[in-house]
Amino acid sequence: MKEAAYRNSAGGLIDRDRPLKFYFDNVSYQGFAGDTLASALIANGVHLTGRGFKYHRPRGIYTSGTEEPNALVELREDARREPNTRATLIELYDGLSAMSQNRWPSLAFDILSVNNLLSPFLPAGFYYKTFMWPKQFWEKMYEPFIRRAAGLGRAANKPDPDRYERATLHCDVLVVGAGPAGLVAALAAARSGARVVLAEQDHRVGGHLLSTSTTLDSKSAESWSDDIRTEIEAFEDARLLTRTTVFGYYDHNILAAVERLADHLPVPGAHGARQKLWRIHASRVILACGAFERPLVFGNNDLPGIMLTSAARTYAMRYAARPGSRAVIFTNNSSGYDALADLAAGGVNIVAVIDPRSDIDSQSIAQAEAVGARILNRAVILGARGHLHVRGVDVDAAGVRERIDCDLLCVSGGWNPDVHLHSQTGTRPVWSPDIAGFIPAESRQRELSIGGAAGQFDLANALITARQRGLDAARECGFMSSAFDLPDVAKGSSAYSIEPLWRVAGYHGKALVDMQNDVKETDIGLSAREGYKSVEHLKRYTTLGMATDQGKLSNVNGLGILADELGFSIESVGTTTFRPPVLPVAIGVFAGSSRGQHFSPTRYTPMHDWAVRHGAKFVEAGQWLRPRYYPRDGEDMLAASCRETLATRNSVGLCDVSTLGKIDVQGADAPEFLNRLHSNGFARLPVGKARYGLMLREDGLVLDDGTTTRLAEHHYFMTTTTAEAAAVMAHMEYYHQAIWPQLDVQYCSVTEQWASMAIAGPNSRAVLQKVLTRIDLSNEAFPFLAATEFNLGNFRARLFRISFSGELAYELNVPAGYGESLWQALMNAGKEFGITAYGTEALGIMRIEKGHIAGPEVNGQTTAGDIGLGSMLSSKKEFIGRPLAAREALVDSAREQLVGIRCNDSSMRLYAGAHLVEPDKAAVIENDLGHVTSVTYSPMLKTWIALALLKGGTTNIGKTLKAVNPLMKHEVNVEVVSSQFFDPENTRLHV
Amino acid sequence: MRINCPLCGERASDEFSYLGDATPGRPPSGASLKEWHDYVYLRDNPRGPHHEYWHHVGGCRAWLVIHRDTFTHEIFDVGLACDIEESVG
Repeated sequence: MKEAAYRNSAGGLIDRDRPLKFYFDNVSYQGFAGDTLASALIANGVHLTGRGFKYHRPRGIYTSGTEEPNALVELREDARREPNTRATLIELYDGLSAMSQNRWPSLAFDILSVNNLLSPFLPAGFYYKTFMWPKQFWEKMYEPFIRRAAGLGRAANKPDPDRYERATLHCDVLVVGAGPAGLVAALAAARSGARVVLAEQDHRVGGHLLSTSTTLDSKSAESWSDDIRTEIEAFEDARLLTRTTVFGYYDHNILAAVERLADHLPVPGAHGARQKLWRIHASRVILACGAFERPLVFGNNDLPGIMLTSAARTYAMRYAARPGSRAVIFTNNSSGYDALADLAAGGVNIVAVIDPRSDIDSQSIAQAEAVGARILNRAVILGARGHLHVRGVDVDAAGVRERIDCDLLCVSGGWNPDVHLHSQTGTRPVWSPDIAGFIPAESRQRELSIGGAAGQFDLANALITARQRGLDAARECGFMSSAFDLPDVAKGSSAYSIEPLWRVAGYHGKALVDMQNDVKETDIGLSAREGYKSVEHLKRYTTLGMATDQGKLSNVNGLGILADELGFSIESVGTTTFRPPVLPVAIGVFAGSSRGQHFSPTRYTPMHDWAVRHGAKFVEAGQWLRPRYYPRDGEDMLAASCRETLATRNSVGLCDVSTLGKIDVQGADAPEFLNRLHSNGFARLPVGKARYGLMLREDGLVLDDGTTTRLAEHHYFMTTTTAEAAAVMAHMEYYHQAIWPQLDVQYCSVTEQWASMAIAGPNSRAVLQKVLTRIDLSNEAFPFLAATEFNLGNFRARLFRISFSGELAYELNVPAGYGESLWQALMNAGKEFGITAYGTEALGIMRIEKGHIAGPEVNGQTTAGDIGLGSMLSSKKEFIGRPLAAREALVDSAREQLVGIRCNDSSMRLYAGAHLVEPDKAAVIENDLGHVTSVTYSPMLKTWIALALLKGGTTNIGKTLKAVNPLMKHEVNVEVVSSQFFDPENTRLHV
Repeated sequence: MRINCPLCGERASDEFSYLGDATPGRPPSGASLKEWHDYVYLRDNPRGPHHEYWHHVGGCRAWLVIHRDTFTHEIFDVGLACDIEESVG
C-alpha cells in the first residue's frame, strides 16, 4: 500500500487515527475516516478516474459533490455492485473497492479513445443520422455495439441482498440543506416550537463552510455548525436527517428523500436497512440546497487535473489533500479569488489567475497578491496541455500569448443556484443578470429558497435572510418567536461580481460543455444550424444535460452558447424542464419492503391451517390463498381434482368458499336498492330465501354475479365472486352515495367475519344433519334456495341451500373464529360417507360440467345474453345497465355467445384461449369464430370439455369446429354442444 | 397530493381512488339511448378546474366530489358526493 503522497500532515476534517485501506482498479491505497473516495484518491495523487462517454478521452475528478460528471465508478462487487456512483459522494470505509468504468482494456490505455480521433465523424445526432437504415439492423447490430462502446458501468446481475425501508414524516417546516443558511433557518423554526425536519446530504452539517477557513463568532466553521446541530437535535420536535438527499418535490408540499443508512459501511448491519425512502409532508419548505460552480468552456477543458475551484478548495481544506502543487486559476468572477488563501494554506502554489474581465476589484487583487499569484486580466485560456494530466495552459492575455506550466487548473465560471427542487414545483427559474445565473421564480407551492440556492452568495446577508425565513415559516404554522443574534462573520471577501463567459473564442482542440455526455461546444452550434433551436430539442439532439448529473454543471453554459448562436438573450432561451429525481435513486428503495411475498398482503381463510395440515396445494386468488387440491400419495393435480370431483358427485365433498365477497345490507330501502343493483327482481324475494343475482355495469355489460339472501324484512346478505368483491362494494357505494343518497340503506363488507364452507353431494344432507341436529333439512322443509339463521352452540350460524356443483349442496356460514372447528366437525361427521375436502380445481371441474359461468366468461366484454343469462334481464323494472344493454350491437344474435365444446377423441386435450375456426379454414383472424374460455377434463364425461364464446352461440350446436392454439402449436377438432354437460335437467339438485 | 376529506381530514392521495368527471348527471327514467350513451361515454378532460369523483377507498369509503385544477393540482373544494347529489335534487 502506497503512502498518500498528497496528504497534508495537519488540518482537514479527517481522522488520522483511523486509516482505511481501499482499492481502486484493484490497486490498494490508504485514506482516512472522513474521506470520500475522491478525496482519498486525490491524496494519493490519483486524478484519472474514467473515460469520456463518446470519445473516451481521459477524465479526472472535476468536482467535490453531486454534480460530478467524470469520477463515476462501479462500487462494491457481486450482488452489491453498483454502477455510476460518484466518487465525490462515497464515504470511504475500510476495504472499499471501486472500479473505473468505460475503459477497455485499461484506464490509461483505452482502445476506443480512437473515437477521439474519429470525432469529426461523430457529430451531434451522429447516431440518429447513421444508424437509421436498414431498420432491422438496429436491434441486432447497432444498438448492442453502441451499448458496449458507451460504457455505462455494469449493474449487478444478482438479486439485491439488502433491505430497504419506506417511512413517512409530517412536519411544519422542512429545511433542505444544512449549510449555514439551512442551519440558521432550521434553528429559527425549531426555537419557535415548530416541528422541523432538516435534511442534509452530507454526513456532517455546515455545507460549503466546511471547505473554507471561515470563522463565525471566532469559531471554526465546523464547530459553529456542530453547535447548531447539537441545539437542533435537542429539540423534541426537530429532526435532523443526515446522509439524506431530498430528490423529489411533488404536489401539495410532499417531498421524497432517500436516507443512506448504511452506504458508508461495507455492508448494512444485521437486520439493518441499507436505505430508507422518506415521504415528507411539510406545511412549509425552505430550500437551502446551495449552488453549483460552473465550468468554463475552452480547449481541452476536460483534462484530468482541471477541476472546479471550489472542489480544489474543498480537497485542500476539508480533506487536507493537495489537488496539485502548481496551480493556475481561471475565473470570471470574484469567488475564484476567495479560494486563493485556502488553496495556498493547503499547500498549493498558485502561480497565476487568468481573468477575462478588464476591471477586477481591489479586494480580489489583494487576495491574489497575498498568495503571490500573478493576475492576467482580459485573459483567457485557449487550451490546456497534457495527455493524461494537465501540464500547462496556453493563455491569451489581451492578445499576448503565453504558456504557463501547472499541474492543477482551477476553473470558476460563476455559480448556478441549485433550483432543481424549486423548479420541480412546476415553475421555471428566472434569469438574474446580477449573478449571471437562474434563480428561483415565484413558487407554485409553499416553499422558498435561501442562501446560495436563492443566489444570495454573501454569507452575512444570507444568514439574516435565513433567520427571517425560518421565523416566518414557523409563524405561518402558528409558532411565534423573536429573532436571535447571528454570528459575526469575518469579512474577507468582496461582494460577488461576475462577467459571464460562455465560451472562449478561438480555443485549441476540443471544448467540452457537457463532460458526462461528451457534448462539445461545436455540437451546440451544429444543433442550432440544423434547426434544433428550442432548448428542449437541443437537449435531445445533443444529449446535453442528460445522464446521471442531469446537466447540473453543463446546462447553463450550454444555454449561454445556444443563446449566442441564435443571437437571443439567455432568458428567452430558458431552461429545460426539471424532473425528479435530483440524483439517481436505487430502484430498491422505492420498493422498500414490498418485495416478493411482501409485495401485497396475503389473506388466509379461517380454515387455512387445516388445509396446510392436510397437504393442500394452494392457488393465489388475488391476495387470497385458496386450497387448490389436496393430493394424496403422489397424485398430480389432475388426478387429485378428479378424485375429489368423483367423491363429491358420488357421496359428499367439503369446500372452503370463505373468499367469496360477503356484504351485509340493511335498511328500509334495502329491497329497493338491491332491486336497482340487480338485473333480475329482488323486491319480492321472500324472507328465508336466497336468489341468484346478476349485476350489470351502466354500459350494459355484466359486472358480477352471486347469491343474495333475505334474512329479515330489511336485512339481506349478499355474496360476490372472490375477484370482484372490492369492485362490487365500491360500485354499491358509488350508486348509493353519488346517485341515490336518499335511499335508506346501510351495507358493510363482512367477508372477513364469516367462514363459509360448501358441503355438496348426495350425502351432504346426511352429514349436515349429524351436526345440525335441531334443523329439519328435508327437501320439503328446506328446499333448494332456502336459507336460515340459527344458534349453533353459543354463536349464530347461517345455512343456505345453494349449489355451484349441481349436486344437492349447502353453504354453511359460521363466525370466522369457529370456521376450523366447524369444518373439522363436518369432516368427522362425514367420515362414514368418505367425505372429501375439495379445492378450487374440483370446484372448477364441477362448474364447467354444469356450464356455470365464472371469471373467464364474465370478462368485462360479455352481456347477460352472451353468457346464457338473457332471461335474467327484467323487463318490469329499472336497473343499472338496462338502457344501454338494449343497444342494437349488444343484442345482436351473431355475437359470441356461451356454448359447450367437447373433444370427441377423449385422448386429445383442450387449451383455454384456443380460437375456434371452421375445420377447413385457415387459423387467421378473418376466420375467427370465437374462443375457448374455460377448460377441464371431465371425470364424469371422461373427455376434455370446455366453455367457449362462439359467434351465433347455441345455433351452432352439433357443428364440428377446430380449436386452434398457436402458442401451444395445438389444434383439435371439437363438437359444439350445450354448455350444460352434466345433469342438464338438474335432477341431482332438487332431491 | 393531499386531499382534505370532509370526514377524515387531510390525507395523502394514495388513500383515494379516482373515478373521473363528476359533471354529468345520470339521465332520468325514460331518457333516450343517446342521453345514456353521452352520460356513459362522453367525458370532458379539461386542463384546468374540474369537478371529479374520488373515492376514499383506503379510509372512510366516502365518495367525494373534488373541485381540482388538473394542471396545477390545486384543490379548491372537497365535498361529499351524497350532500352534493341531495342538494342538486
